[in-house]
Amino acid sequence: MRTRYNVFSLARNAMRHHADWPKAWRSPEPKSSYDAVIVGGGGHGLATAYYLAKEHKLTNVAVLERSWLGGGNTGRNTTIVRSNYLWDESAALYEHAMKLWEGLSQDLNYNVMFSQRGVLNLAHNQHDLREISRRVNANRLNGIDSEVLDAKGVKDYCPAIDLRGGGRYPVLGASLQRRGGTARHDAVAWGYARAADALGVDIIQECPVEGFRISNGRVQGVQTGKGYIEARKVGLVPAGHASVLAERAGFRLPVTSVPLQALVSEPVKPVLDCVIMSGAVHAYISQSDKGELVIGAGVDKYVGYGQRGSLPVTEETLGAICELFPIFRRMRMLRNWGGIVDTCPDASPILSKTPVEGLYINCGWGTGGFKATPGSGHVFAHTIATDRPHAINAPFSLDRFRSGYLIDEHGAAAVAH
Amino acid sequence: MLLIDCPYCGPRAEVEFSYGNEAHIARPLQPEALDDDDWADYLFMKTNRKGVMLERWVHSHGCRRWFNVARDTVTYEILAVYPMGAKPPKLPERSYL
Repeated sequence: MRTRYNVFSLARNAMRHHADWPKAWRSPEPKSSYDAVIVGGGGHGLATAYYLAKEHKLTNVAVLERSWLGGGNTGRNTTIVRSNYLWDESAALYEHAMKLWEGLSQDLNYNVMFSQRGVLNLAHNQHDLREISRRVNANRLNGIDSEVLDAKGVKDYCPAIDLRGGGRYPVLGASLQRRGGTARHDAVAWGYARAADALGVDIIQECPVEGFRISNGRVQGVQTGKGYIEARKVGLVPAGHASVLAERAGFRLPVTSVPLQALVSEPVKPVLDCVIMSGAVHAYISQSDKGELVIGAGVDKYVGYGQRGSLPVTEETLGAICELFPIFRRMRMLRNWGGIVDTCPDASPILSKTPVEGLYINCGWGTGGFKATPGSGHVFAHTIATDRPHAINAPFSLDRFRSGYLIDEHGAAAVAH
Repeated sequence: MLLIDCPYCGPRAEVEFSYGNEAHIARPLQPEALDDDDWADYLFMKTNRKGVMLERWVHSHGCRRWFNVARDTVTYEILAVYPMGAKPPKLPERSYL
């Protein structure tokens, strides 16, 4: 039995100067065959493996990660969690995730530091205000908490903001989701890894997938950096590299891979206790528990796999942040980085079966996948285990690009994708 | 920041340009003969290459003319610039895992 994390194990280990905490997960060599293989050891992949084991009793499962756990977009996002999406299909998916977030630390016995501090989406003009009212009404019809704040309400909720926005980005109001907030992104990957490992899932790092063995339209296994692994079911959860893997399996995807940037500042005392997002300027900001301001910027306009963003995007975002928060003008940025996001033409993800039998894909989350991690893993595990989509992810099939049933969240999703 | 060598104006910063995505997508000559799968492929499916990508750019804040670029999407190196309608130059294949 794995050590449970609680106050007693903490006290016991404190006595031993924290020298012999057991490893959170094993690092086994891959077996020659599994019932299911998950390609991609980020939050979504690990969550998929966890729910496969927990809900579908499929424990002969391996997660293959090309580098280290959570080293891709899971560790590169701005940690924002919300579910205030416009369309019914998206609302159902993200709210499903939100409900799982609310019990996640207890479920995993791992503190993911989920903090429901409230997420504001700013309105800078009359059109934004109307869009916000429309979205808030749609959210409420879907049972998602959401409300409209006027300018004074925004100032009361977030005193650090300057409502004049330097004249360029005046704040006229905002939508507020009080259940939204942030979570510690690394802890999400580690928590799912530990919990999945405890149920028997093999987590194999530094194991890139190089190709697939497919016969009669059915997947037989995967060729990896650590040899061939037989598997009748393979779930691809590769984020930015979705098209690279799909090409190797012989089909095409409607995704474009672009770097999305984020930055953190030097740490300061608490000044911002909520999450502020502005779709119009594509900037978001919150403050981490360490005190750093965590700032999200936009995507590069061209295809890129370089895990770094271009400077004009950084400049534009920081310009907007300085107008909205003049008090941050003299802060120094410590680090900036990029993650490769795979964006779909309708800015909605793909959680689907593929033209290859036994091969499933979870990709296309674009700029907003982190918030969906638990829900995505949960419904994708269902899709893999039963070979049928869950009612929640059925609309997010690859087939929608053929049928024309797009879920167009461009702009509608409270942020310009 | 990319420095893009506009064939008409010379090297300029990337902020002067707009991106036109994948080049050399041929519009179907007989649209009425296409089924839904073909349309989906034409409209939505992307090459999205990790390696050398052939793409279109337009010098929006300059001469406003379109041209093609061959660019490495990992190193961001621009390998060739060539006019619209021209065949892509022969370039060594680059592949990344």
